Amino acid sequence: MKQLYTWGAVAAIVLASTIGDVLLSRAMKQVGDVGELWRSHGLLAVVGRTLHNVNFVLGILAMTVAFYSLLIGLSWGDVSLVAPASASLTFVATAVAAKIFLHERVDPHRWMAALLVAGGVALLAA
Amino acid sequence: MTFRKYLVLAAVTVFGATGDSLLSRGMKDAGNISLHQLPDLILTILNPWVLAGILFLLGFFAAYMTALSWADLTYVLPATSLGYVLLALIAKFLLHEQVTTTRWLGIILISVGVGFVTRGPALTHDPPVTPSENCDREPVSMRAEL
Repeated sequence: MKQLYTWGAVAAIVLASTIGDVLLSRAMKQVGDVGELWRSHGLLAVVGRTLHNVNFVLGILAMTVAFYSLLIGLSWGDVSLVAPASASLTFVATAVAAKIFLHERVDPHRWMAALLVAGGVALLAA
Repeated sequence: MTFRKYLVLAAVTVFGATGDSLLSRGMKDAGNISLHQLPDLILTILNPWVLAGILFLLGFFAAYMTALSWADLTYVLPATSLGYVLLALIAKFLLHEQVTTTRWLGIILISVGVGFVTRGPALTHDPPVTPSENCDREPVSMRAEL
């Protein structure tokens, strides 16, 4: 039963951090190239525009949910299972989500990269 | 991809790994904290290691957001996963943790994955522009044309 809770927490972490990453990525594309914006309008404009972006605020909210899910998950399961399992599954989940929601062209090279990094992260904790 | 952009990706990697290591070092001083001692958790930011770790992680977040402003999510995430490798090296040489053969194998897999993604383009789609943001964006694009 405890194992079921642990994997439930892992699922919640993966879901929340994937949603968070997609929202933050969309937010920053809407803000525009930070370097250019900084040179033309100054640092305050960059910070102001970012903080006023709805997707940015929602993304931070999702990341907060992911962080608390991680804390809860760690209280149920081992850190050596929960942390790498959620990190490596998040790599694969974000690749799928970025293709669907951000319309990124995830070519075979990128799928390979996502899978290799996911496998590598899983091994780091083994 | 300009040299400056590679510097931002390097900053994401280095700031993230250094921040995590500093937090880890600081929290070892704090000892085990249970949920009943939450006030102690607030006091731990007085620890210089933890404070430095938080500052580095703020730098990490700023660099990460900057990278996402001009590169795909599926580019930034794998490209900056070298941080895991850096973290393992810091753990071995500075924190004196044991790095097993399986971990080295994991490090190799991550490095190969990073090589795969960084050989391709950083941005593969047009930034989403909705009508409401259109007027918002115009000053920037006009400025760029000048």
